[in-house]
Amino acid sequence: MPRGNRDTPEVSSGSMADIAFLLLIFFLVTTTIANDKGIAMLLPPPPDPNQEDIEIKLQERNIFKILANSQDKMLVENEPYTGSMEDLKEDVKKFILNFGNPSADGIEVYNSLPPSLKTYVNQNGKRPESSDDPTSGNAVVSFKAARGTTYELYIQILDAVNAAYNEVYAERVGITADEWLTLDKDDDIQKDMYKRSRQGIPRAISIAEPD
Amino acid sequence: MSKFKKTSKSSNDIPTAALPDIIFMLLFFFMVTTVLRETDIMVKQKLPKATQLTKIERKSLVSYIYMGEPKNTSLYGDEPKIQVNDVFVVKEDIVQFVNQEKDKLSEVERDQITMSMKVDEAVKMGIVSDVQQELRKANARKLLYSSLKGLQED
Repeated sequence: MPRGNRDTPEVSSGSMADIAFLLLIFFLVTTTIANDKGIAMLLPPPPDPNQEDIEIKLQERNIFKILANSQDKMLVENEPYTGSMEDLKEDVKKFILNFGNPSADGIEVYNSLPPSLKTYVNQNGKRPESSDDPTSGNAVVSFKAARGTTYELYIQILDAVNAAYNEVYAERVGITADEWLTLDKDDDIQKDMYKRSRQGIPRAISIAEPD
Repeated sequence: MSKFKKTSKSSNDIPTAALPDIIFMLLFFFMVTTVLRETDIMVKQKLPKATQLTKIERKSLVSYIYMGEPKNTSLYGDEPKIQVNDVFVVKEDIVQFVNQEKDKLSEVERDQITMSMKVDEAVKMGIVSDVQQELRKANARKLLYSSLKGLQED
């Protein structure tokens, strides 16, 4: 059949790159790389109406009080506070690792600390007017913000307090705070590390409701 | 001599035949990473900066609450408002919203719902803590204060 069937028809693919470019540009423009990071927190359970308020008495020295008012001024341990957030972090860290009057559990926690943290405790801690030991209920950071406090300051303070805890946890297992935050809890070894770092030192941050 | 001359006669053109493939690879990367935004945020969102950030482990468990001054102040005023999905709500509606979001999840996952609070840094704490009280009532206690990675200030 002399009909020229021999030359097979071809779709020209020269403009394929251009089409791909167009699509690429479209997706480049619409992409928002998801940024889902933040400070995690667990709210206390809802108040039970049938239950009367249980008053838990803590020693004054075992509470680290942070207050922020509507002018964004801070009161830390009943003193007006002018230092930076970095200083606040250090103060909280000193408060957690004070071991002023440790209980049996507290001594156990102290013995489990690495040498670097033990030195830290011996240099900065053991003050009788600060927390007894970092175990449950013996070192609580209480933070209260007024209704007029800006969210920015609230986050900064919360960040500083969390940073103090994370640094203690991280140093306990010999890694940096950034590495500690990225521990993968699906991995057995890393989960064990995470558990070990938090053993006996609960993250006791109490956020009071504003008046 | 003629042997050496031959080898020096190489062309300087870069082959462009693989260009479409490279572009396609880039295209697929962006197609996969793209999340088309389903909600239109109607409040100002200048998230605060923090350093101690944790990642959300499972995105399907997350619901978002936006708070901030409305972008369209002539229509909605300049008081900070709460936005969920595509609408402004008052704080009393939060419980209902949480229950709706919980219904989307399977039975076992309901308690693990995480609320991501995207709050503008200029918002006052009053409204934020009101929302938190409502979340406590709705039993959605896992919270994430969405913030950006910031440098440690000195």
